[in-house]
Amino acid sequence: MMRFADTVAFATRALAGNRLRTSLTLLAMAIGVAAVVVLTALGDGARRYVTGEFAALGTHLLIVLPGRKETTGGIPPITGETSRDLTIDDALALYRSRAVARVAPMNVGEAQVSRGSRERDVVVLGATAEFLEIRHLDLAAGRFLPEGSARQARPVCVIGRTIRDALFGGEDALGEWVRVGDRRFRVIGVVAQKGRSIGVDLDEMVIIPVASAQALFNTPSLFRILVEAKSREAVERTKHDIRTIIRDRHEGEEDVTVITQDSVLGAFDRIFKALTLTVAGIAGISLLVAGILVMNVMLVSVSQRTAEIGLLKALGAPARRILALFLVEAALLSLLGAIIGVGVGVGASWMIWRMFPVLPSTPPLWAIAAAVAVALTTGVAFAMLPARRAARVDPVQSLAGR
Amino acid sequence: MIRLQSLQRVFRVGGQTVRALDDVNLEVDDGDYLAVMGPSGSGKSTLLNIIGLLDRPTGGRYLLDRRDVTTLSDEEQASVRRENIGFVFQSYHLVPRLNAAQNVELPLVLAGVEPAERKAKVAAMLDALQLSNRAGHRPDQLSGGQRQRVAIARAMTMDPTMILADEPTGNLDRASGSEVIDILETLNRERGITLIVVTHDPELGGRASSQIAMVDGRISLDHRPEGVSA
Repeated sequence: MMRFADTVAFATRALAGNRLRTSLTLLAMAIGVAAVVVLTALGDGARRYVTGEFAALGTHLLIVLPGRKETTGGIPPITGETSRDLTIDDALALYRSRAVARVAPMNVGEAQVSRGSRERDVVVLGATAEFLEIRHLDLAAGRFLPEGSARQARPVCVIGRTIRDALFGGEDALGEWVRVGDRRFRVIGVVAQKGRSIGVDLDEMVIIPVASAQALFNTPSLFRILVEAKSREAVERTKHDIRTIIRDRHEGEEDVTVITQDSVLGAFDRIFKALTLTVAGIAGISLLVAGILVMNVMLVSVSQRTAEIGLLKALGAPARRILALFLVEAALLSLLGAIIGVGVGVGASWMIWRMFPVLPSTPPLWAIAAAVAVALTTGVAFAMLPARRAARVDPVQSLAGR
Repeated sequence: MIRLQSLQRVFRVGGQTVRALDDVNLEVDDGDYLAVMGPSGSGKSTLLNIIGLLDRPTGGRYLLDRRDVTTLSDEEQASVRRENIGFVFQSYHLVPRLNAAQNVELPLVLAGVEPAERKAKVAAMLDALQLSNRAGHRPDQLSGGQRQRVAIARAMTMDPTMILADEPTGNLDRASGSEVIDILETLNRERGITLIVVTHDPELGGRASSQIAMVDGRISLDHRPEGVSA
């Protein structure tokens, strides 16, 4: 029985015997594996980016939206928009639940903000003091909206840095008056830059008390209510309480939608995982192509080496041994290609990460393992045909050449 | 001991039946030196291939040391070739990418012999055939005579009981040819290895202690020394 180390050494010499053919096959294998590694790294990076965004909002967070949106099946009411508005009173009523830590009613609209001749169209956010805590905001200067009744429409505002730069240039904004729509507000704070925050760019925003926003936009209804549960475990309890409280206040109709941060996080996580798998699968096709190349290379190799195969048989190698020799050769070829591919793929992912630091594109370990396994499997599977052909070589005919 | 009993080998080539061997009976004792002669197409190579277990007869029996080897499996036949038979070919059949020592080592590698033991055996073999200074040369860096000596060394590494040589001097000039034959004859004489040489060269055949001539798949002439019969 031939020793395994000798089998590998023999196959290695055979591969080294034809450098060009071997390196071309290695290249194909390496490209396939590198493609899988890089694409899964990108997909996983995107997943981690998005879920990171949501996690940054806090996992105890619940969002209350006006209107019932059925997410668990069932036919939505044909009558459609019959829901009641969410009001500040609804928001304050949520404090009745013992699971609730903070409630932040929100209102959103667009308005023109101006100071002297400088003006700008901005998104105006109506909020309360609780908003600062719930969204984990930091202030660059001044203070946030004052504590106190949410119903009080004070003429104060907190502005984003971009707005400050646009309206005040290098000057100090604190204590100055700006015009928002047809009202005047005193700047009491500047929001510190917050790298990433889903959907809204706080740097481009003006935040005013929610009651002021209602007056400004002339609507009693809220855009949404942010609720922070006392703990992660209390989230379900909070959700239940919110529904009960709102139903009581809305004459028995449960006309709000409560979204938990966890469910959003989970949904995005699943979507991006599926996406990553799809992309990896597409890249996997190149591995199949590489496998076919391995088959071709091995077929050529077998036909060029029939005399050698015949000799090996004459020297006492049974058909099974010949088969093994060629399969090991294919396995080495695939493995080496895969290792090169992993190296290139990891390197490329790292470079992408360096160039786009927001995208944490490190290839997941499972993707590397899967790529190598698939490369090895396809390589060996496609080598089956040539290897069997080699095993069937008739020694009499192959040795007859003079 | 080789014993062939009414051996048949029939090929079918494009609907036509070719009798490469037709009722061949032959006995070769251990340590014999037999020349198989005849024109090309007479079946002498087919006979050698069947004795070497590279080909299977379509009829008759082949007993090697009283054991019927025609019915053995591929695996078992390979093992008999590995342990008992050394081949020497007209065109050497050295593996081009391996050097002389590696070519000689090949049967030991296939048999799974430990590297240390292999090294000693290969060195001894190369030394015996005066190839020590050519150990690191690849076949294309060797002369024809040297290549055939490497092939003989390879055939001998597993200490076979017989050497089958098919036109061993066919590609060699006169001097290297006779050198190669000398080596084979020495192995036969000194180590008692059964030597069967296929040749169409009457002069070479004449050197063997017994000769058979083949025509159309039959043994037409059986010239044996006294006391040996077919």
